[in-house]
Amino acid sequence: MPVFFEKKQLVTPGELLAEGDYLAGENTYVEQNKIYASRIGLVDTDNKKVNVVALRAFYVPKMGDIIIGSVVEVGFNGWTVDIKSPYTALLRASDVLSRPFKPQNDELSAVLNAGDLIVAKIASYDRAHDPQLTVGEPGLGKITRGQILHVTPTKIPRIIGRKGSMISMIKQETNCQIILGLNGVILVTGKNLEEEDLAIKAIKKIEEESHTTGLTDRITQLLKESKVKVEENKNE
Amino acid sequence: MSEKHEKLIDKKGIRLDGRKADELRPLKLQVGVLSHADGSAYIEHGKNKILAAAFGPREMHPKHLSLPDRMVLRCRYHMAPFSVQERKSPAPSRREIELSKVIKECLEPALFLELYPRTGVDVFVEVLQADGGTRCASITAAALAIADAGVPMRDLVVACAAGKVDDTVVLDLYDAEDKLGAADLPVAYMPNLNAVTLLQMDGNLTTEEFEKALNMAMDGCKKIYEMQKEALKTKYMVVKEEAEE
Repeated sequence: MPVFFEKKQLVTPGELLAEGDYLAGENTYVEQNKIYASRIGLVDTDNKKVNVVALRAFYVPKMGDIIIGSVVEVGFNGWTVDIKSPYTALLRASDVLSRPFKPQNDELSAVLNAGDLIVAKIASYDRAHDPQLTVGEPGLGKITRGQILHVTPTKIPRIIGRKGSMISMIKQETNCQIILGLNGVILVTGKNLEEEDLAIKAIKKIEEESHTTGLTDRITQLLKESKVKVEENKNE
Repeated sequence: MSEKHEKLIDKKGIRLDGRKADELRPLKLQVGVLSHADGSAYIEHGKNKILAAAFGPREMHPKHLSLPDRMVLRCRYHMAPFSVQERKSPAPSRREIELSKVIKECLEPALFLELYPRTGVDVFVEVLQADGGTRCASITAAALAIADAGVPMRDLVVACAAGKVDDTVVLDLYDAEDKLGAADLPVAYMPNLNAVTLLQMDGNLTTEEFEKALNMAMDGCKKIYEMQKEALKTKYMVVKEEAEE
């Protein structure tokens, strides 16, 4: 049962990863008892499981995921929401209003209009039906301020870091609130523009260099250096 | 026409463009060249210059073309009016429609169509300059564009042609050999799975010649495959090297 890769090696689709007594993890597939990669990414093993952390992917909805989407259409009894995925999501009016919805009384576009951004949770999804969203939990709902940026969805875990180390460091250094949508959309809200821009700069750097080593150190350095500059500007 | 054309291969077995019988034309591959496409690739195969762009998986438009149980792959092969000697009308010709279909069908086995029902992937192949063997170069580039878009694949698809010119079996025909030669055999291939996804032939070959040409084309594919993998990795290795300095 040999393995054909080194840890954190860059692999391309179709590359043979392991043979025999291994389990196919993310972004891999099995053909005649052999495990192959199906996306470009970095390989790693977790016990007997072979995973490829993809460098480029798209978001596939999963129940319970927190995502950020934008309303594209106001319908008769709900909204159509673009969640940066192959499937568009639906948000039902009764879920938002938390009372029975009557088309005669309620004007839906007054609650959420096309172009509005929302933080929501995937309530249900299967391959036959488009995902349904819910906003009936604390922290979810319409976004009123902050900045949005997009990254490849597979990089979200890297931005979070081990046990949230990376994201909490960025939050602390920039005094920003950051909501990571698992669909690769990120909301950054800070007290001023400089701090928001700094957080965005750091996140973009992580996305671009997610497959390199010593990233945490470089991000720390970036944050410290830029912070000094911001302070200097304030004092002038 | 063919009564008095020059010999395409000289006595030493060297072809008109200076190659040996089993030699490929020089290749250059680049990934991620277009910023608005989800994935893209550029190939220079001899004098061929081809751009490929991939979008998706995304919702199908028009919606009635989507399938309830699998993803749909759509391809458009198009030659620019300036890609050939005589201006080519930009409207899709019979040949382009056929090649679009052929490219689509040879890429489909590489994709996990059943994983993303009701969606579609679009691939656009634009030939900027043509010099024989554009279908093969297009397939090679299109596979790279799809991989770059992050669509899961069983393997990259590579294509390469072999054929017969002046009674000799040769690899990777260019325009003159294609037009004046005796046979052309384009092959698309998934090297890791050892699966052929496209096999076409025009002209006549004996059984022995066919076998020789097929093996030659598959060997050519394997060589291009290495370059294809390299091109895909290069996009990320450049960033890595810069960052880790």
